[in-house]
Amino acid sequence: MKKKQFMENSIHGIFFMMGFIAVACVLLITVYLIISGIPAIGKIGIFEFLLGREWASTAADAKFGILPFILSSIYGTLGAIAIGVPIGFMCAVYLSKMAPAGVKRAMQLAVSVLAGIPSVVYGLVGMLVLVPAVRTIFGVPDGAGLFASIIVLAIMILPTIIKMSITALDAVPKEYEDASLALGAAPVETYFRVSVPAAKSGIAAGVVLGVGRAIGESMAVMMVAGNGANMPDSLFQSVRFLTTAVAGEMSYASGLQREALFSIALVLFVFIMIINGVLNYFLKREKV
Amino acid sequence: MEQIKKKRKRYRLGMGILMGASLFLTAGLVLFFIGYILGNGLPNITWELLTTGPSYLQERIGILPDILNTVYIVMATLILVIPLGVGAAVYLTEYATNKKIVSVIEFAAEILTGIPSIIYGLVGMLLFSNHFGTCLMAGALTLVIMNLPTVMRTTQESLKTVPRSYREGAFGLGAGKWRVVRTVVLPGCIDGVITGCILSVGRILGESAALLFTAGFAHAINDILYGLSAPGATLTVALYVYAKEQGEFGIAFAIAAILLILTLIICLAAELVQNSFRKRRCI
Repeated sequence: MKKKQFMENSIHGIFFMMGFIAVACVLLITVYLIISGIPAIGKIGIFEFLLGREWASTAADAKFGILPFILSSIYGTLGAIAIGVPIGFMCAVYLSKMAPAGVKRAMQLAVSVLAGIPSVVYGLVGMLVLVPAVRTIFGVPDGAGLFASIIVLAIMILPTIIKMSITALDAVPKEYEDASLALGAAPVETYFRVSVPAAKSGIAAGVVLGVGRAIGESMAVMMVAGNGANMPDSLFQSVRFLTTAVAGEMSYASGLQREALFSIALVLFVFIMIINGVLNYFLKREKV
Repeated sequence: MEQIKKKRKRYRLGMGILMGASLFLTAGLVLFFIGYILGNGLPNITWELLTTGPSYLQERIGILPDILNTVYIVMATLILVIPLGVGAAVYLTEYATNKKIVSVIEFAAEILTGIPSIIYGLVGMLLFSNHFGTCLMAGALTLVIMNLPTVMRTTQESLKTVPRSYREGAFGLGAGKWRVVRTVVLPGCIDGVITGCILSVGRILGESAALLFTAGFAHAINDILYGLSAPGATLTVALYVYAKEQGEFGIAFAIAAILLILTLIICLAAELVQNSFRKRRCI
């Protein structure tokens, strides 16, 4: 009997440890990023690092200012949201409320395919189709830059927005819509003025998730952004994002430059944590 | 009155047009991607490309090593992530009694889902590659952390559908906790595990940023045991290297076509699996 009790307890212990692996991983990632990211910020100075407008990591008089990367990441994400959210939202309303069952299923499958396409494939198509197109349409010397990245990111966040919005819209109680229809509102008016407001927390969560995906994307953006460490003062400027700044120099970086790259990752991590907090807020509101 | 009618009509028409345009744009995008990639990629897929490694002497590029590396890394990741993910899910649904602990673990899983792959790449490099070198195993371990939440969530969802009464029946017959978990709970989570596997495979196939610095980008043909301890590029990493660094767009398109076909298969498989399990559950 005692032996059996011992076995039960040890199995409980094993499952407990497995349950806590996720927590351990989060702690490990946080601690490692902080430990490896703080020293360079200390050496460079936090204001010079965050607000410095010049990044010249390999110059004799090295400059480590990441304001261009921060701004590029923010502009790129905002641009992607501005293009991707309206399209995804409109699609979701149609698919959730008005589409015939067959169309809905087919489009949901298409959206999962869009979500499943690897980011390097987006990068490849962007590099060979979008970048030349931008160059000829807008008559700029090089099509690779902020604008091309915004388009690629907008396409990449579409599936997230559509899926989350459909889930939220599907969950709106039918009585709300019936009441509105019975009062004489047309179906389209009902969906946009009754269903959408009722689902707004879920849709907002989708948008926030999209922001997280856009700000964290690295490979696709690396292939279309041009990767010059410039301030993003024009839409067609060749820019570097927080993610691509890390990915681009990591393979050959050493010394302070390498440490600074870890600091950039730490800044990115802080952004992601803020986004996570906002997301949690919306998801909690959705549940209530 | 007349004016309001007109305004409403215009509103309906405008929204209808916007919805239609967005839908066509999205559907068009998907069709364009599939058509463009397959159109450019399929002609470049040759038997030689699939069955040889790259050789400078013969001026030939083959992607067999990348295919093998992808298979190795998928297998290594799944073997590690499934027990961990299932164990965590079992703990959450069967053992955990404290609500606080459950919410802490679920919150941690949510954070893991949101972390960008480049950060996984960096941390994987610090945690694994710096200790035992850049190799496929370091990449696989990084991917284990990335995919843990996916397997955990799908398993958890399928465990929730195992009826309470089954467990109570087993307890009533005098079974201990572990026996109930082993004989009643775990068989019920097979569908969740399969769904989790399919989703994880999709994510591993598409992953590149997390593997660049952990698994490296060598193209040597190895067997699985040696392969895991040697650096190697998966298909996605190879695509990136060929397209961005070597300008071999034909090869890149061939790989992209292979990846796209695999993505299509995975999406269909996930859909089929979920549908069939849903049906079975309804009966």
